[in-house]
Amino acid sequence: MRTRKDLLGLEDLTREEILEVLDTAESMLEILERPIKKVPTLRGITVANLFFEPSTRTRVSFELAEKRLSADSVNFQSTGSSVSKGETLKDTARNIEAMRVDMVVIRHGSAGAPHFLGRNLQAGVINAGDGAHEHPTQGLLDLFTVRRHLGRVEGLRVALLGDIAHSRVARSNLWGLRKLGASVVVCGPATLLPAEVERLGVEVAPTVEEAVDGADVVNVLRLQLERQTSSLIPSIREYARLFGLTRERLALAKPTALVMHPGPMNRGVEIAHDVADGTRSVILDQVTNGVAVRMAVLYLLLAEKRSEAGTALERTA
Amino acid sequence: MEMARENALYLRGGTVVDPQGGHHGEMDLLLADGRVAGIGNVRPPAGAVEVNVRGLVVAPGFIDMHVHLREPGREDKETIASGTRAAAAGGFTAVACMPNTDPPLDTRSTVELVLREASRRAVTRVYPIAAVTQGRKGKIITEMGELREAGAVAVSDDGDWVADGHVMRRALEYARMVGLPVISHAEDPLLRGCGVMHEGYWSTVLGLRGIPAAAEDVAVARDIALARLTGARLHIAHISTAGAVDLVRRARAEGLEVTAEAAPHHFTLTDEAVRGYNANTRMSPPLRSEADRDAVREGLRDGTIGVIATDHAPHTETEKDVEFDAAPNGIIGLETAVGLALTELVRTKILDLETLVLRMSAGPAAVLGVPGGTLAPGSPADVTVLDLGAEWTVRPEESCSLSRNTPFGGRRLVGRPVITIVGGRVVHSARMESGATAAVESARP
Repeated sequence: MRTRKDLLGLEDLTREEILEVLDTAESMLEILERPIKKVPTLRGITVANLFFEPSTRTRVSFELAEKRLSADSVNFQSTGSSVSKGETLKDTARNIEAMRVDMVVIRHGSAGAPHFLGRNLQAGVINAGDGAHEHPTQGLLDLFTVRRHLGRVEGLRVALLGDIAHSRVARSNLWGLRKLGASVVVCGPATLLPAEVERLGVEVAPTVEEAVDGADVVNVLRLQLERQTSSLIPSIREYARLFGLTRERLALAKPTALVMHPGPMNRGVEIAHDVADGTRSVILDQVTNGVAVRMAVLYLLLAEKRSEAGTALERTA
Repeated sequence: MEMARENALYLRGGTVVDPQGGHHGEMDLLLADGRVAGIGNVRPPAGAVEVNVRGLVVAPGFIDMHVHLREPGREDKETIASGTRAAAAGGFTAVACMPNTDPPLDTRSTVELVLREASRRAVTRVYPIAAVTQGRKGKIITEMGELREAGAVAVSDDGDWVADGHVMRRALEYARMVGLPVISHAEDPLLRGCGVMHEGYWSTVLGLRGIPAAAEDVAVARDIALARLTGARLHIAHISTAGAVDLVRRARAEGLEVTAEAAPHHFTLTDEAVRGYNANTRMSPPLRSEADRDAVREGLRDGTIGVIATDHAPHTETEKDVEFDAAPNGIIGLETAVGLALTELVRTKILDLETLVLRMSAGPAAVLGVPGGTLAPGSPADVTVLDLGAEWTVRPEESCSLSRNTPFGGRRLVGRPVITIVGGRVVHSARMESGATAAVESARP
């Protein structure tokens, strides 16, 4: 990771690189448990958060990670910036870079937008979710959460439930889990499974019961409610009936199984109220861990600049 | 006693490959007064300019029947002048231009505008293709009788399928009456949806919205059924799926007047090329799976697909250098088509050289009903000279096109066009190792 400029997806990372992030995140988590939750590691580093899609959780999580490491951060929202006036992504990014930004965190509705920026910018790029492609920091925080609770990832059976086709969370989880040696089973409506998904090395279960049966982890994906209007599902009601994770269905999983969800949840649709708040749920741990994992990613990607900035600080001191 | 001919061009010692005219082997070619004056054992008349083409292949002029010249309307992307210069550099002596201009070529006046501009500035022949429906809106058919009189060689709403089956049926009947082929961009827009690449493994990995192969299969199946109903001549543009190739094969076996063309990117690349999200791998129809690409190659081999056409679609860098989702469809192709065909089809022994020449000359000439496709005496003096051994690298920045949108930049190819002759005039010549350069330069008008 230290030699990389960008983090675009977990497909590109090696197993060793993923483990490096997870190990680093352990130390970051420790910082978050301190009374003073801030270290000077990224002093003098500037990070721009470019969000071209509405997001609360991921944006706040990145912002906190940046602040905990003492980086200066600025936020651009598509609604408030010149993008809505028809400026190209390339020009927007170049303008931001002209302000001497070291790292760009981008959330964009188009798959590949972070790759496009990565090609065009000297600054590093972190993908904070691009279309239906990847959401690598979510994938990493999910792996981190699983490892913390179950002690390992290798050999586990992980069920991913719901809208696999449109889910960047699903893709990042899938690559990460496979690289760390877990087996993955996916289940969702036939209309929400992407083409040739088996070729990604996953099992496709015909029913939620079969997917959950014997699982160590059940990761429930968010259903975008507008899928109903595009004729992908007949109704929210039927989706909940056929694919919702209920207590009865969860009982088929291992007794130690974790319940995860990337948020925000549609309670009573993809996940039952009592499951979301139940003893197996680690959904809020995911949120805490997200900050630690993003700190780790920033720390590792900025390793080189960090030492430069450190030297410069020493010189001025 | 032969008369001295000052405007005669004599190509000495080339390897003629003219399957349509039945000529093959080392022979000389004499062009005079815009026509082929002699082939085989002919001697140069006094005053003829002589070009030594020993070691080079001499073929009937290549015709690209699917080109977007963008004029009128988008002269920032391409003009008739720049587009035909690119065509000449790519070994084409004639292009047929698509009507999705602004305004579209749906009236006599716009077709005449193109032909008038072509007569002034084009370096190759230009054959306009007119729209099937007024405004390319898919509702009311165009005045095909008058469009034909004006010089249109075919009708097409290229870029869009005529989705209304009733309108397409009437268009085919009417086109048949006036003697024009209908060229169909066969892709069901509802099945395409907002897809931006082929639906399959790679669209899943890349998280891009997919276009199923069925979007093309369904459209080709309907068009063939309507060709059967009407007896019209139907030509499927840029065929890209195994299913569509099979449908066309069966329609032809049945005796229907159905033809098809394939684009170099579809016989060269697969959807895997979209990795990295380069918008120059985005086109319509999209790059397909390996099985589809292989079916296109087989179709070209067995004659199901009788034409190689580029679908040359210039776009500005500003338009293409964006997120994949936001980019327009299409790539330029005039200057890479012959090199790709020689490298990907002939060197790999999928096609022999004769078949390639047919697919790029006699094939399109027959579909459009235009002259050319042979070097038989009396034919137009349109000649493409190839150097089969030339190794070269595609350099988009050196293109004659006003646009640079190609995914083939940096690609090594073997074999290229070196001299292009239109109506007996050399309109393009490349540097050659054989020493023929000086002679070619001297032959420039």
